[in-house]
Amino acid sequence: MTVLVLAEINGQDLAVDQTAKTVSAAKQLGDVVVLCAGTGCAAAAQAAAQLDGVSKVLLADDPAYANGLAEPIAQLVADIAAAYSHILAPATASGKNVLPRVAALLDVMIISDVAGIVDGDTFERPIYAGNAIQTVRSRDAIKVITVRTSSFDAVAQTGSAGVETLSVSPQNTQSKWIEDKTQASDRPELTSAKIVVSGGRGVGSEDNFELIEKLADALGAAVGASRAAVDSGFAPNDWQVGQTGKVVAPELYIAVGISGAIQHLAGMKDSKIIVAINSDEDAPIFQVADYGLVADLFDAVPELISALG
Amino acid sequence: MKALVPVKRVIDYNVKARVKADGSGVDLANIKMSMNPFDEIAVEEAIRLKEAGKIEEIVAVSIGVKQAQETLRTALAMGADRAILIVAADDVHQDLEPLAVAKLLKAVVDSEAPDIVIAGKQAIDNDMNATGQMLAALLGWPQATYASELLVEDGSATVTREVDGGLQTISVQLPAIVTVDLRLNEPRYASLPNIMKAKKKPLEEKTAADFGVDISPRLEIVTTTEPPTRSAGVRVGSVNDLVEKLKNEAGVV
Ligand SMILES: Cc1cc2nc3c(=O)[nH]c(=O)nc-3n(C[C@H](O)[C@H](O)[C@H](O)COP(=O)(O)OP(=O)(O)OC[C@H]3O[C@@H](n4cnc5c(N)ncnc54)[C@H](O)[C@@H]3O)c2cc1C
Ligand SMILES: Nc1ncnc2c1ncn2[C@@H]1O[C@H](COP(=O)(O)O)[C@@H](O)[C@H]1O
Repeated sequence: MTVLVLAEINGQDLAVDQTAKTVSAAKQLGDVVVLCAGTGCAAAAQAAAQLDGVSKVLLADDPAYANGLAEPIAQLVADIAAAYSHILAPATASGKNVLPRVAALLDVMIISDVAGIVDGDTFERPIYAGNAIQTVRSRDAIKVITVRTSSFDAVAQTGSAGVETLSVSPQNTQSKWIEDKTQASDRPELTSAKIVVSGGRGVGSEDNFELIEKLADALGAAVGASRAAVDSGFAPNDWQVGQTGKVVAPELYIAVGISGAIQHLAGMKDSKIIVAINSDEDAPIFQVADYGLVADLFDAVPELISALG
Repeated sequence: MKALVPVKRVIDYNVKARVKADGSGVDLANIKMSMNPFDEIAVEEAIRLKEAGKIEEIVAVSIGVKQAQETLRTALAMGADRAILIVAADDVHQDLEPLAVAKLLKAVVDSEAPDIVIAGKQAIDNDMNATGQMLAALLGWPQATYASELLVEDGSATVTREVDGGLQTISVQLPAIVTVDLRLNEPRYASLPNIMKAKKKPLEEKTAADFGVDISPRLEIVTTTEPPTRSAGVRVGSVNDLVEKLKNEAGVV
């Protein structure tokens, strides 16, 4: 069985962690071929070739594949799909945008957000905000899967696969990229960070959110947020952790001023150690916290920063 | 212009799902059901487009059990003009897969010929995040998923999308599928007079069989289990206590 992994590309670069975790899932299913679709992404293909377990990298380089537009990329994947038993992509915004479209083009059912592989046909996925785990067996000829990356360990970068360039001529008159508004940050990426510090509505304002960021920086951590913090404009949308945001499973997750709604827990309850700082001793977050501190965050967080400094 | 808005009846977002002891699924008997929250946002957006004079008619569609009528009445009370219910299950525990839903929606699109389909990004029960993308593929239409801003112009839509690194703006040619994210708008509540008026709005009922599409499941549900529960931890008395535990007990800092 040969498995196709659609690499996660950010601009021209390989998103190594997301792709390496998806390759790790793919390895359990068969021989792994990685597809890099983008423009000017030869270096990304080289990086993908170093992922352990990859036997070949396909490079599809064309301006039409820049910016992750779903129409041409899904068509490309569907066009080469027949050679593969499984098609995988990380369950990122981009993977979730493209792969269901691929599945429908192939007339197969998408298997979203797979967190466990039982065998080549059988997969585990969380449903109902992670309050249930469903095991499903696919009857489709090709299994199209997005992978919950927080459930798989990244493969090492010790491989040396060959890169093959595909000759492509995509047509896309349907959709057009206009702009990306992304903020470069020196902090670790949220979904791959070892430590995540998240702030909620309790933080109170965008200015106060700096306190959360300072704590994160003291720990070399990524910054996350609850939906309420994002909706209130304290934090950007891509920091949202939860059922409908990012799913993280760091070594240490510190929830500050977050009540612990099921939708938030869905995105962080697989973290190894959870710390909650909340002034309400009955906040549900304490039910999942390994260490709970009932305190005003405006006292506790500065104290924590200096204790760690 | 016409907008089609697919709305799903799901477990209310305030209710914690409970797994049935025999592993056969999540218990939905006597559970409060509501419109999928993302679909409320989709309905709201369609109404705003209508209020702005961009579209003339809003058709809400739901697929599932007969009780999904209530969900459609909510959409009508918010401001949709008419509704189509496709009865495709007789038990609330039977959940149609996105591929089957997309096939039925395609049949509705073929007959209704909307200029835009505005769907939710994700149903909060199955957490698939797939139907809009699948429908777009079946129709050969462009898709703009995870919208946090939607501008409809002549023949195209400009959509700002919530993506992993921040925001992305794209333009798609109409007809297109848009799926909506949480920050697009704040849905209105239906007022009592509008709830009364909604009772008189047309709600057409069909069955899956009327459409002649194969909706048999592709995924066999082997079992549904509880996730591992976390055991409650300890309360720490002070920041120093916390730091000491993180260093010496957990070894994570
Ligand atoms: C469809 C849908 C999807 C959703 N998806 C997500 C998601 O992906 N992620 C997500 O997070 N939420 C999501 N939500 C929202 C979720 O239901 C909650 O509303 C949200 O998580 C609450 O955020 P919060 O804990 O920051 O705010 P609140 O619930 O308001 O909690 C604030 C907490 O701060 C504490 N606090 C206040 N002041 C202080 C202080 N000075 N010091 C210490 N503590 C203080 C309070 O005691 C309280 O516990 C979703 C909801 C819906 C309907
Ligand atoms: N049974 C259904 N009836 C109507 N709309 C649906 C149904 N299932 C899914 N949808 C639409 O598709 C969106 C995404 O659902 P899903 O792909 O199941 O996560 C929902 O927010 C709805 O807009």
